[in-house]
Amino acid sequence: MTASNRPLSPHLQIYRWQWTMTLSILHRATGVALSVGALLLVCWLLQLAGDGGGYRGLQDFLGSWFGRLLLFGWTFSLFFHLCNGIRHLVWDAGYGYELDTAYASAIAVVAASGVLTVLAWIAGYMAMGN
Amino acid sequence: MSTPLARVRGLGSARSGADHWWVQRLTAIALVPLSLWFIWAVIALTGEAHATARAWAAEPFNAVMLVVLVIATFHHAQLGLQVVIEDYVHHEGAKIASLVAMKFLSFVLALAGVFAVVRIALGS
Repeated sequence: MTASNRPLSPHLQIYRWQWTMTLSILHRATGVALSVGALLLVCWLLQLAGDGGGYRGLQDFLGSWFGRLLLFGWTFSLFFHLCNGIRHLVWDAGYGYELDTAYASAIAVVAASGVLTVLAWIAGYMAMGN
Repeated sequence: MSTPLARVRGLGSARSGADHWWVQRLTAIALVPLSLWFIWAVIALTGEAHATARAWAAEPFNAVMLVVLVIATFHHAQLGLQVVIEDYVHHEGAKIASLVAMKFLSFVLALAGVFAVVRIALGS
């Protein structure tokens, strides 16, 4: 059998939409987004090591509406990848594979990452207010 | 992390056994406390002046945590991005080129991050 007519698994649009598949692709998407965010971490550290002029400029950019939008996206991505990553580690340990458990943990991950993102931003604005 | 049979047969088709999988989990576990600590630190440093933030990063505990955070982050990221590239880039040449570029970039960025923290910690 040549490579071209080997049997393929069905394409994505064959399946009915499910929470679990959404979380699966979101885990990968947030992982890629966080890899881009790691550029900012290095940029921040290099400016921190500098004389302060670049740090001020970075702060101004991150304080703009676009900077805040990026930071909000990265905050959610980090909490989501963290919570869903723990869900994956539980699976790796051999627990939580039952269908209703997998659904419940999916909802819990979405709820927890949403709540943690909002809490982190409230804490951030409170820290700025002091 | 591999079965006795897999060891005898020679670490599977990738010839690396469960190493990629296992190191991805190790760095993931390390990043749970590290990223929570980092989020807390960023919140505390929000709006602070350069000198304040730099003095914070120069403290030995914070400097060590930042170095470990940078290394674990980039190691975990390059393992994950490797799988993403292997899944979506099908042309063999483009796949190898993007894997090499991504791995080199991750390594250089991690070194730059560590260099910055060391410079801050040594006060130079």
